[in-house]
Amino acid sequence: MTGAGSAAVRRARAGKPRPPAIPPDTAVALLRTIWRIRCFEERIAQLHKSLQIQGLVHLSIGGEGVAATVCGQLRDDDAVYSGHRAHGHALAKGAPMAQTLAELMGRSGGLCRGLGGSMHLVDATRGLMGATGVVGGNLPLAAGDALAKRLAGSDAVTVVFFGDGAVQAGHFHETVNLAALWELPLIFVCENNGMAEFTSRAEHTTVASVADVVSPYGFARATVDGSDVAAVHDKFAAYLEQARMGEGPFLLECLTHRRRGHYEGDQQQYRDEQAEAQWSAKDPLARWQERGRAEGWLSAAQAQQLERDATAEVEQALAYARQSPPPTAAQAAALVYAAAPDGAPPR
Amino acid sequence: MAREIPYIVAVNEALQFEMERDETVVFYGQDVAPSDEDPLVKAFGRDRVRVSPISETAEIGMATGLALAGFRPVVELLMAEFMLVAMNQVVNEAPRLRYMSGGQVKVPVVFKAGYGFTAGWAGQHTGSIYNMFCGIPGLKVALPSTPADAKGLLATAIRDDNPVCYFIHYLLVLEHGDVPEGEYLVPFGEASVRRTGSDVTIVATGWTVGKALQAAELLAQEGIEAEVIDPRTLQPLDLPAILSSVEKTGHLVLADQATRHASAASFIAAEVAEHGFGYLKAPVKLVTALDATIPYSQPMEAYVLPDEHKIADAARQVVGAAPVAA
Repeated sequence: MTGAGSAAVRRARAGKPRPPAIPPDTAVALLRTIWRIRCFEERIAQLHKSLQIQGLVHLSIGGEGVAATVCGQLRDDDAVYSGHRAHGHALAKGAPMAQTLAELMGRSGGLCRGLGGSMHLVDATRGLMGATGVVGGNLPLAAGDALAKRLAGSDAVTVVFFGDGAVQAGHFHETVNLAALWELPLIFVCENNGMAEFTSRAEHTTVASVADVVSPYGFARATVDGSDVAAVHDKFAAYLEQARMGEGPFLLECLTHRRRGHYEGDQQQYRDEQAEAQWSAKDPLARWQERGRAEGWLSAAQAQQLERDATAEVEQALAYARQSPPPTAAQAAALVYAAAPDGAPPR
Repeated sequence: MAREIPYIVAVNEALQFEMERDETVVFYGQDVAPSDEDPLVKAFGRDRVRVSPISETAEIGMATGLALAGFRPVVELLMAEFMLVAMNQVVNEAPRLRYMSGGQVKVPVVFKAGYGFTAGWAGQHTGSIYNMFCGIPGLKVALPSTPADAKGLLATAIRDDNPVCYFIHYLLVLEHGDVPEGEYLVPFGEASVRRTGSDVTIVATGWTVGKALQAAELLAQEGIEAEVIDPRTLQPLDLPAILSSVEKTGHLVLADQATRHASAASFIAAEVAEHGFGYLKAPVKLVTALDATIPYSQPMEAYVLPDEHKIADAARQVVGAAPVAA
């Protein structure tokens, strides 16, 4: 986390009115999702290290609170577009853990039949429309999806996740301009972990806050502490309600903490030891559990049960993935092009 | 019933017909429909006909997002070169999403662009860069050379469930030809034999199809009968039609307005080398633009481009006829 990020956290905390209470059931459900993502990704790290998962894998440990609170409020017909750090978004949007893990292991029983992998998770039936691996490449896709929702007259909305690193890319600005110009029901959710790949935000831009970047466009925007589940929940809920009524776009900047490296295997020579020491204060899971005990909606036994359930689900998912074979050449070849419907001329 | 109309009118006819037929077809791009009197705006309204800012990445990316969500967008890109500023979307998003999702999504989108405007528009607006889009699995490439194909290929492109680069040639837009009225579709991957002949096969694309036909007339005066084949789509490519012509003639010339390396001419030649080598009685010849940026000066512009004389010369060489003095 950069100095600028910390200042923004303080600002976000200082001016914040006491948010409306989240119903206990919802609060526990959010914690359950956070545990599921945490246990899943910690297992992914082990599987990657032991070469049971190959390739480029990016973990979101430390940022699970944003995925859980944002996706947890969406319907299946609301679209989510994600990026290279997508596991949390996928699970929180409802992608089954077993198929998600099978996808990461390159198996035919995976969400994308093993052809997409960690950076390209899609579960179209649950509105997880695309995770794209090129930073910011998902932004215009999401805007197009939001335009489709507007044209169809639906109250469904589109959410696009991206990091602070995407904000310095041209496609961010092109998309923000068009989303504002065409008043799209699109909610930009920036997970600002203060690190763009391997370098800090301060080395990429002079603008401290992502929310400030879009200020000339005049749409509603806010910066919240992304490790504060209630803060993310309430601000996103407000934007979601307005977007359903046809307003937009919105930008929610969530200041998060990336516990792991940019990718699994990253030596993290840039890692700030002081930031490391602040982990317990930033861990959204620890903070939400603490709050649950303080507010009385979570017992110690319940918390342990949530962790046990999540761990067991991961092991079941792993058993499913291990028995699933890799895709065949014929399965893969059939997917390069969409076939023409019967009787239609394209071929 | 067919009647004679210009190429550009045929293009617009296909767009209008498909927008009437299917309300999920939307059209937008820079400077399209600047007035409410525009026929497309009058017919379909501003929701479906939109002017976009100069934001190729967002235009193409949003069209892809619209397609993912069930629409059939056509993006007007004016110049093929303008797609170059959005290559991530053209190459790395739209054509890959179906495959990477394991077939869960489809991306029926048309990237409509002009190319080849070698009329003094100089180095950045005259390229024939369609070849750059032919090596992208998931992407289709259509290259109409006649008004009828301009109509039929656009209609097919709009109905296709894959992203299609549809390239019109700016030197052909005012060319007239017979075009069927009403619904008209030209299937992808089906080459057209523009002229039959038994001595040499000339595979020509886009604007060079006309040049190849002119060359064939020159050759006919010398007793050489050329067969001119227009693939019409480069992806998918009708290789069987090309191979069967080469089997008949034993000689092959490939004409292409793109620069030589990685041109359509070069990859078609490679396919024939692998699958039709036994048919060839002589080495193939490629007649392409020279490997240079298109120069501004008119004589130099003509110098770097293929023309009917260069194509005819190549045909004479492959059939072993004596060269004709210029």
